[in-house]
Amino acid sequence: MATQTVSAEPVSLDPSRRARLAEFWYYFSENRGAVIGLAVFLILVALAILAPVIAPHAPNAQYRDAVLLPPFWAEGGRAAYALGTDAVGRDMLSRLLYGARFSLFIGIVVTTLALTGGIVVGVIAGYVGGWIDTAIMRVMDIILAFPSLLLALVLVAVLGPGLTNAMIAIALVLQPHFVRLTRAAVMSEKNREYVVAARVAGAGPMRLMFRTILPNCMAPLIVQATLSFSNAILDAAALGFLGMGAQPPTPEWGTMLAEAREFILRAWWVVTFPGLAILITVLAINLMGDGLRDALDPKLKRS
Amino acid sequence: MPLLEIENLVVEFQTASGPFRAVDGVSLAVSEREVLAIVGESGSGKSVSMLAVMGLLPWTAKVSADKMTFQGRDLLALSPAQRREIIGKDMAMIFQEPMASLNPCFTVGFQIEEVLKEHLGLDRKARRARANELLRLVGIPDPEQRLSSYPHQMSGGQCQRVMIAVALACNPKLLIADEPTTALDVTIQKQILDLLMRLQAEHGMALIMITHNMGVVAETADRVIVQYKGRKMEEADVLSLFENPKSNYTRALLSALPENATGDRLPTIGDFMIEAEAATAVKTPIMEPPV
Amino acid sequence: MSEIIVEGRNIVRDYHVRGGVFGKARTIHAVKGVSFKVEKGKTLAIVGESGCGKSTLARIITLIDEATAGELLIEGQKVDIARQRLTPELRRKVQIVFQNPYGSLNPRQKIGDVLQEPLIINTDKGAEERRELAMRMLKKVGLGHEHFNRYPHMFSGGQRQRIAIARALMLNPSLLVLDEPVSALDLSVQAQVLNLLADLQEEFGLTYVFISHDLSVVRYIADEVMVMYFGEAVEYGSRDEVFSNPQHSYTKTLFAATPRADVESIRARLARRRAA
Repeated sequence: MATQTVSAEPVSLDPSRRARLAEFWYYFSENRGAVIGLAVFLILVALAILAPVIAPHAPNAQYRDAVLLPPFWAEGGRAAYALGTDAVGRDMLSRLLYGARFSLFIGIVVTTLALTGGIVVGVIAGYVGGWIDTAIMRVMDIILAFPSLLLALVLVAVLGPGLTNAMIAIALVLQPHFVRLTRAAVMSEKNREYVVAARVAGAGPMRLMFRTILPNCMAPLIVQATLSFSNAILDAAALGFLGMGAQPPTPEWGTMLAEAREFILRAWWVVTFPGLAILITVLAINLMGDGLRDALDPKLKRS
Repeated sequence: MPLLEIENLVVEFQTASGPFRAVDGVSLAVSEREVLAIVGESGSGKSVSMLAVMGLLPWTAKVSADKMTFQGRDLLALSPAQRREIIGKDMAMIFQEPMASLNPCFTVGFQIEEVLKEHLGLDRKARRARANELLRLVGIPDPEQRLSSYPHQMSGGQCQRVMIAVALACNPKLLIADEPTTALDVTIQKQILDLLMRLQAEHGMALIMITHNMGVVAETADRVIVQYKGRKMEEADVLSLFENPKSNYTRALLSALPENATGDRLPTIGDFMIEAEAATAVKTPIMEPPV
Repeated sequence: MSEIIVEGRNIVRDYHVRGGVFGKARTIHAVKGVSFKVEKGKTLAIVGESGCGKSTLARIITLIDEATAGELLIEGQKVDIARQRLTPELRRKVQIVFQNPYGSLNPRQKIGDVLQEPLIINTDKGAEERRELAMRMLKKVGLGHEHFNRYPHMFSGGQRQRIAIARALMLNPSLLVLDEPVSALDLSVQAQVLNLLADLQEEFGLTYVFISHDLSVVRYIADEVMVMYFGEAVEYGSRDEVFSNPQHSYTKTLFAATPRADVESIRARLARRRAA
């Protein structure tokens, strides 16, 4: 009977993609926090992209007549420098806007690095098993045994300070989470019948690993990736604050905090605004990750 | 007066793609000491209607009925606490997956005694004795030792026996068996069916047998209800159902049995359902995840 | 006597279970020296209950797992996947349909891609030709071109099993191993799939090895029947021989345990019930 039910539907060429998207949105939008997070994140992306257009000043331009000006609403503030200026007379708002570019860039690069590396290593560990699996997982356990920031610091100390090295270090530190997740998912999927069916169709190990099994393991990885995105931003800011990340005068939020350290008591705005920026970004992305989990995880159970 | 009486039961589920009606106006009555079989294929609503009686449906389900009484008590008007008093005591249920129905963390003995403690308030010694007796009753060899084993140490057939022991712990008036033998091998199925029929006769309880297997119906039932897509297609005593089926759907089911095959081809449902019936069947949405 | 498509000689399969820190290593004999022979266009049914080794045997015949000992011949050619690499030629000769239609299709693969995958891996046919072949096979198993771009979760169990059968046939195999293909399906759908299998066998001259626990289905579809019990073939013969005159006591138990749905047995049961 079901045969008739389906064939009675109107013929449409590719209804599935849009339907899946609609279903995804249905579950995602049930989580109000996630929608707010998504909105904030999109605004951040837009601000970062449009920074050169909307920023009132160049990020590194120093205005000697306007050193440590408070925001415009406070006494002594000027409308030209909406969120005030720092110790060398740079406009805070412009620096924050450009800083968003750095933070998002760091998030994307670190997540991509950790995700690809983690997936490749994890799929191999899960699929091949045996001593290769044991060797890989012990190395990952060792990495996980270090406090992550400490390990990143050591790595940067070895590689030399700088934004690129900081990103590599953070990616290395975040990678074991992806390896573990991928391995667990691959191990539960690899004995499913559709994998055996693909083997019977003649698929080799490469095809089985990356074309047959991997797409079915993506849902938890996507969730983990969003959470790593915020972790990366946070770690990069921490490294910047410790002077091991982006070097001044780069308008990176963590570095900005570090530079402003000595003015905490005199000029609250030089520390508050970069801190707020980090807080809002990380919070928005974490909320979004929660929503993604809600939307993707039941899907896994149903299919 | 019938033991369980249901009139015009409707169960609807809220899904992402709108409400879905799983049971559509089913009425039935079971008297004491009767074996009623509810037959149907997947999506016929046979399990859902019984879960509704037990009050075991998730919150997304909306249950309504003109009448739903057990021993004269209105089940719909009961508070959850009052309902729990009946469920597991006067009305018990066993399920398809015996392995999954037992809690893997606890011993068999603990799980039987839990029911005894909850409903009968027996002391420790009496509970132990009764659990022992129950296992003996359902034909588990060496019950004393079995009480302290865990579900994973037993076979599927033995787990189902334990489930039956749990269900029988308080001498229920009505036992609902939801596909009790589907997950089991034929030889074990035979043993479990024989056991159920023996216990039913000895204890004089009513039994509702939910199944998709016409053979199981033929071997157990007094009376049969055939369900299809949430509706009742036919109700008859077992002999007349097999001898002279009234509805086209029943006829289709019986002739789709491979052992009844006469020619080269098995007749399929399309050869029997007249256009009008097929058309109404198509309109009801199939129960599948929202897309 | 017509061509023998598949032959097994004394096939043995042992599993070694590694002991833990305290446990001892054990060997489980899943299949204990089973021999069989199937002619072209015929159906051999392997019957047994869970744990009797019938699925293990199916995996050996399908060249998924190797046998511990014994010989497997496919179209008269000796095959040993433990020693030689499996060639695409050999791979396409034997295909399998699994029991669970919900697990055997990749949930992230569209039906069209499911059907084309064997062709992509094993042949160098162009995209247009592959599409054409897949579409034709889809029609052959009773589905339409509108199903080509859908994902497995949009199909019912019976439809998925049709898709699994279509996938197995894409490489024009000579032998199809059917591992409980209808036991997860509803009765009316089961009838449709059995009819489809009969049609396809006739059209393509297919040879079937049909694994099942359901005697009524076996009786309907098989030419020869093998009954397995704890890894051994306790009964092997033509369908009529086995069903009319079972030799082994286990076969008799199996027949006696199968529920009977004929009017006579119901009458007898009701009479017994009234007497009791």
